[in-house]
Amino acid sequence: MPRRLAAIGCLGLSGLGLVLALAWLVAGGGVASLAIPIGLPGVGMALALDGLSGWFLALLMAVGLAASAAALADAGEGAASEAFLFVLLGAMALAVLAADAFALAFGVELATLASVALLLGRQEDPGPREAALRQIAVALPAAACLIVALALLAGGVGWDLRFAAIRAHPPQGWQATAVLALTLVGAGSRAGLAPLHGWLPPAHAAAPPPASALLGGAMPALALYLLVRVLFDLCGPAQPPWWGVPLLVVGPCGAVLGMLRANAAGDIKEILACSTVGTTGLIASGLGVALAARGADLPSLASLALAGSLLGVLAHGLVKPLLVLGAGAVQQAAGSRRLSLLGGLIHRMPVTTACMLVGAASWAALPPTAGFAGFWTLFEAMLGGSRAAGAGLQILIAVVAGLAALAVALAALAAVRLIGVALLGRPRWPRTLAAEEVGLPLRVPMLGLAAASLLVGLFPGAALALMAPALRRLVGADLADRAGWLALAPQGDMPGYSAIGIAALAGLAAALAVGLIRWRGASGARIGPAWDGGFDAPPTWLPFGDPLTQPSGAGFAQPVLKWLGTALLRAKERLDTPAPGEVRPARIATEATDPVDRAARLAAAALRTRASAAADRMPPLTGRGALALLIVVLALVLVAVTVWGQP
Amino acid sequence: MMRISIAAAALVVHVALMLALAPLLVGCLRWAEARLMGRIGPPPLQPWHDLRRLALKQPVLAENASWLFRAAPVVAFAATLSAAALVPSFASGMLDVPLADLVAIVGLLALARCTLALAGLDAGTAFGGLGASRTMTVAALAEPAMLLVVFALGLLVGSTNLDAILAALSDGAGLRASLGLALVALVMVGIADCGRLPLASPATRLELTMLQEALGLEYSGWYLALLQWTAALKLLLWLTLIGTILLPFGLASPDSGLPAWLLALPAWGVKVGMLAAGLAIFESAIGGMRWARAAEFLGVAAALGLLAAVLAFAGQVLT
Repeated sequence: MPRRLAAIGCLGLSGLGLVLALAWLVAGGGVASLAIPIGLPGVGMALALDGLSGWFLALLMAVGLAASAAALADAGEGAASEAFLFVLLGAMALAVLAADAFALAFGVELATLASVALLLGRQEDPGPREAALRQIAVALPAAACLIVALALLAGGVGWDLRFAAIRAHPPQGWQATAVLALTLVGAGSRAGLAPLHGWLPPAHAAAPPPASALLGGAMPALALYLLVRVLFDLCGPAQPPWWGVPLLVVGPCGAVLGMLRANAAGDIKEILACSTVGTTGLIASGLGVALAARGADLPSLASLALAGSLLGVLAHGLVKPLLVLGAGAVQQAAGSRRLSLLGGLIHRMPVTTACMLVGAASWAALPPTAGFAGFWTLFEAMLGGSRAAGAGLQILIAVVAGLAALAVALAALAAVRLIGVALLGRPRWPRTLAAEEVGLPLRVPMLGLAAASLLVGLFPGAALALMAPALRRLVGADLADRAGWLALAPQGDMPGYSAIGIAALAGLAAALAVGLIRWRGASGARIGPAWDGGFDAPPTWLPFGDPLTQPSGAGFAQPVLKWLGTALLRAKERLDTPAPGEVRPARIATEATDPVDRAARLAAAALRTRASAAADRMPPLTGRGALALLIVVLALVLVAVTVWGQP
Repeated sequence: MMRISIAAAALVVHVALMLALAPLLVGCLRWAEARLMGRIGPPPLQPWHDLRRLALKQPVLAENASWLFRAAPVVAFAATLSAAALVPSFASGMLDVPLADLVAIVGLLALARCTLALAGLDAGTAFGGLGASRTMTVAALAEPAMLLVVFALGLLVGSTNLDAILAALSDGAGLRASLGLALVALVMVGIADCGRLPLASPATRLELTMLQEALGLEYSGWYLALLQWTAALKLLLWLTLIGTILLPFGLASPDSGLPAWLLALPAWGVKVGMLAAGLAIFESAIGGMRWARAAEFLGVAAALGLLAAVLAFAGQVLT
């Protein structure tokens, strides 16, 4: 019962937060700040709502609303760890609203801890525990990097932790470079930017569905918020154009790698988690263009690139929870998340399938969805960005555009594979036949998210108008004269992309097709067994006697893994073909390993071997020795504090 | 007012002609290929007769086909027709110019492709799944190549709006090395996107060599008619797109006089006819290609697209 109360309270609070944040954004987004006396002794914490935090807060609250509604519907799978869901939501809200370095670091680290705790709910299952350990292995160095980066920023202004003070004296020289590098590690690893993405797919796949929705939708958004806040806001506008280069390199590589891995994975939640890596890579490329353009003093281009990135964050933040909740519904109804055990769910779960179709279309960046609006804006920004700076950067941006297009096309392949194999076709396992549509409490958040993503897709200009305060604040220009309700026109005088126009045109064409069918087409249809290359329908006494002719998830992805995966993922396939005359089906099993994962495992193993060898060589410590060591260390610390404390 | 009504009339005529001529183009292509191989071949109007015959037949649906299977042909047809309405054939400045973004056209074609791939998987059959996998995989390599071509064109012109691109090209922004490379890449992508890679023959009856035709094997009746019409529209769209970018001349605009309008239609016919003849010769002259080689073919297209973009930069730096 307290669990339900917490969920209901959280639902109400996030709903209220969403309404207030949206109302505040619509009203124009003036800065409001608040100092609270909790936090560092004598200093407290400063909170503030500006354009950027308000925009991210609205997204966070929308995801939180869906996740708490889903938690209400949760049948108890994630009950043990559910309290941490609400801690996670609160910590993320704190991080977004933070106006000093302490509150920011505290919120982000608390959110990370809560997300680890969410994985540890089920003691008996080794998978989540290993995922949690891997996440900790990345989160600890990431926390160290983030705190050092914030310390460098605050140290430059006499240890004043407030953002206003840091903003007044942005870092310069080696400190600025160090802040850039440390932030890329500290925030990028949380967003799943390559090459620090290895922890993300297992962690997101192992969490219970409501938590997974929050992790998949809001956690990358929070990490990207962190990147934007530190690199665009706190580091000031005077950084050079090459600041964009690191993001322009890791972003598209991670995008292609993530989307390719989504094609290799066989578990529907792992597919979605891998695609998170891909999407954040795409968004990071947009941030790279924005940084480069801002450095080259092209505010209108920088605002376009940043707007495309934020639109991508919004599309991802609405669609990923939708797909993750859909995957949770499939798991609950069909008892499995493996592609090889699903199939044919569209007949049993029409609402879930329709919602997931909307989400997959946006993931695959098909017009007129939110995902396409984001991709289109990013593509235009890259096109403009290639005029920004020197020849090297131009060619880099052209390559980035090509890789981004490859990532989007791979995403379409993965989306068709996920929907087509898991939800369409015939059941691959008798259990699927007993699947039932999920209840109303889980259907409502999915429908709400689908409707929201459709609205954003049809009116991307409205979403861009809401981020105008953030754009003006960060890059000094917004898209007011270039994005209206009806169309986005980045060049101003040239026509651009009009989602509602494209949708209307397609609607007219569909009406024409239906009219033609009504006019000339034969009415009615006969239902018969599928032709299926001439296979006979099974006899009635053989209820599961359908021929095993439909492709499996591994079979569907075989060509792309052969073409791209052998080089990038060390994909190997084992083919089991029956001899002529045999009646068993052909089977394919593929294996793919992420190169970064492999390198990390090898490095960790080598480190462990060396560390244990070193520990073996150490003489055992006596009681007196231990005491002496303790005293020496204490003395050293005291000396350090005294020396450092001198003005 | 006069301008708007001319633009609207041009759009209506354009869409009607696209719809009417697409099956005729497929018929001409089949006839020409048959002649080149020394057969008499079906008359060019045969696809129209087929469409009529299929539309009048009662469709048979597979037992386990879902609502998606029944909706997919309509969605794919609508998306392809919308894309076709955006590609100028004989007139520039049609009513839908503000929508005619090349990236959006690529997106609409992708929407049609993904819908049909899902429909191919829906009945749970072997060839449908194989066709879906192969179509999407080919597209996964062709789409980046296409978007790189769009990138190069956008760099040359400063916009991805197709009308603006054609206007700039006809003003003489073309005739550059990068444009040539982009055109070659565009042709390769078009061949792949229409399912006419030499590994797949649309005239075949052998399912294993099918790409896009394998998706429609479970369809019959007007569903199949719609599917075939969609494929024909896509072919005409690609030939028109390549033809107008290759020779961006002879387009009538709402401001031009009657002679320009009278000349514009035959000009379109000549462009598409030339390309169709080239396609017929290419398809009957070239041998088969192994499935595994298709990746190299499309990789070359992507490399050409990238090279075109890089050369477009170089052109900007030099001028």
